Amino acid sequence: MEPVISVRGIVNRFGHQVVHDGVDLDVMPGEVFGIVGGSGSGKSVLLRTMLGLQVPVAGSVDIDGKRVTSASRRELLEVKRRYGVTFQHGALFTALTVAQNVELPLAEYYDASPVTLRELAELKIRMVGLPLDAADKYPAQLSGGMTKRAALARALALDPVLLFLDEPTSGLDPISAAAFDRLVLYLQQNLKLTVVMITHDLDTIFRTCNRVGVIVDKRMICGTLDEIVRHEHPWIREYFHGERSRAIRERQ
Amino acid sequence: MHIEIRDSVDGRSVVAGGRWTVDNVAALEKAVGRAASAAPGAVSIDTSTLETLDLTGAWLLRSLEKRVEAAGGQVSWPAGRPGQLAFIDEAVTRRQTEPEEDEFSRSIITLPLRTVGRLTLDARDTLLDHIAMFGAVITVIASAILHPRRLRFPSVVRHVFETGVTAIPIVALIAFLISVIVAYIGAQQLRQFGGEIFVVDLVTVSVLRELGVLLTAIIVAGRSGSAFAAEIGVMKLNDEVDALRAIGMDPVEVLVVPRVLGLVIALPLLTVVADGMGLAGGALLSWSLVDITFTQYVERVNEAIADTTFWVGIVKAPVFAALIALVGTMRGMQVRGSSRELGRLTTVAVVQSIFLVILFDAIFAVLFMELDI
Repeated sequence: MEPVISVRGIVNRFGHQVVHDGVDLDVMPGEVFGIVGGSGSGKSVLLRTMLGLQVPVAGSVDIDGKRVTSASRRELLEVKRRYGVTFQHGALFTALTVAQNVELPLAEYYDASPVTLRELAELKIRMVGLPLDAADKYPAQLSGGMTKRAALARALALDPVLLFLDEPTSGLDPISAAAFDRLVLYLQQNLKLTVVMITHDLDTIFRTCNRVGVIVDKRMICGTLDEIVRHEHPWIREYFHGERSRAIRERQ
Repeated sequence: MHIEIRDSVDGRSVVAGGRWTVDNVAALEKAVGRAASAAPGAVSIDTSTLETLDLTGAWLLRSLEKRVEAAGGQVSWPAGRPGQLAFIDEAVTRRQTEPEEDEFSRSIITLPLRTVGRLTLDARDTLLDHIAMFGAVITVIASAILHPRRLRFPSVVRHVFETGVTAIPIVALIAFLISVIVAYIGAQQLRQFGGEIFVVDLVTVSVLRELGVLLTAIIVAGRSGSAFAAEIGVMKLNDEVDALRAIGMDPVEVLVVPRVLGLVIALPLLTVVADGMGLAGGALLSWSLVDITFTQYVERVNEAIADTTFWVGIVKAPVFAALIALVGTMRGMQVRGSSRELGRLTTVAVVQSIFLVILFDAIFAVLFMELDI
């Protein structure tokens, strides 16, 4: 099977500070891939590199066989239509209602009538489990959990096959976080999505991820959840065998 | 993507094939419209030649089904109903009940009444906000007499630098150019009466009394009034103002008072710069247009101005500064929720502070006239 995302030898540097020094990673179709790493280890920078928002110093990123890192503007746009992204704090456009936020990518690319646009937006809003009266609310009027769901609805606007989630459950209470994880899995299975998520939440990792990549020492260690949990690296041991994580694993 | 519509005695048969995806949404929308229009009793939708069906395509197929059924028809799926449609059914039936909208707020008859009411309340709130902000600033300054630390001297200095020192080039340039324009037009008009020498009086009095301070205030309102509103507005959006409150710091004391004091110090000083540059511009033009030497010019200036002329201009500067700073910071504090609010309130801050500066200038003019200054 061909990987959906293939990252080879990514190097990112800001001034003298090296963030990544040769990151490799493959994401297979239909996977939920979790990216883990300490604060400041460059998870978000890696995400931005994969999205084509940041040009790495060296290395390559391929999505669906297209080289993101050396693509022309047109090619990059073609790739961007195939993926959806939610950002850490939602990044909903605050001047637009939730429905307008979801309609925006559709209206930008396709020539659909306002009625169809609205219907499709409402479908996506309901799909992520928001009540329909949230459609005409502004982002400022939403709770944290609703903002995350609205951001997911916008990410799904163009029916992507690939979904990037940046800390999807941060700032949510455990019950809302669990509900959000279930939603992601439900959508992933029904829409046959490939999901890449950055997360700190051990609950989320154990609940949703098939495979995990850990950024340590400016490189990435990938493997199935079991492999990673048994890995020898001190940071990974600390992360997965700390007090908190033991409690979670016993529970599950 | 392609679609075939055939009508026969048994009903209509629709063959949907190819790619039913979001890329073709505009074409699919029209095709579905055709397939659903004047549909007979029975419609069969054949999806056996369908290559790709994403959610958008599935939604349109489902809306075709719903429209036929709404018209009292029957839909059959010879090749089976695609699974995505069932998924949408599930998503849609999970819908929650919508709350009924308030009858009063929906009625169009009461719309003018509600608009007038809302505007009245808005106007009242604006006035109260202005008074409250002014009061809060005075309170902080008054309490600072006992606790000088509350004035946050370093912050005040920073604002004097940002609003004053960095504005010197633009203020100097504009004051110079304006006095050149006044002198130029003045010389042309006065030449008709042979009174070119009065160009000096014209420039001196107009720059010192009015133009110097007024132009400086308008430039500063555009530069710093907008900066105040935007800075504080972004802090509001980031919850930084709430964070300050939570730490127990008064946002008025930390954010508003240093800006007000900084501008109250900076604007009179800028006005002095503007006055100086204005007089310099007048000197240059008097020399080149009407051959008045620099020594003559200085003598003439001394004759033209009264003891109060300079002070009449400069005394207005702190008042204008307070107006600009208060309006800018207050509008910034009012930003709530969205980036559009930020833009709107920054605009309001600039427009309102320029308006207030000119209004107060007019009040001063009347006042000085009555006082015979």
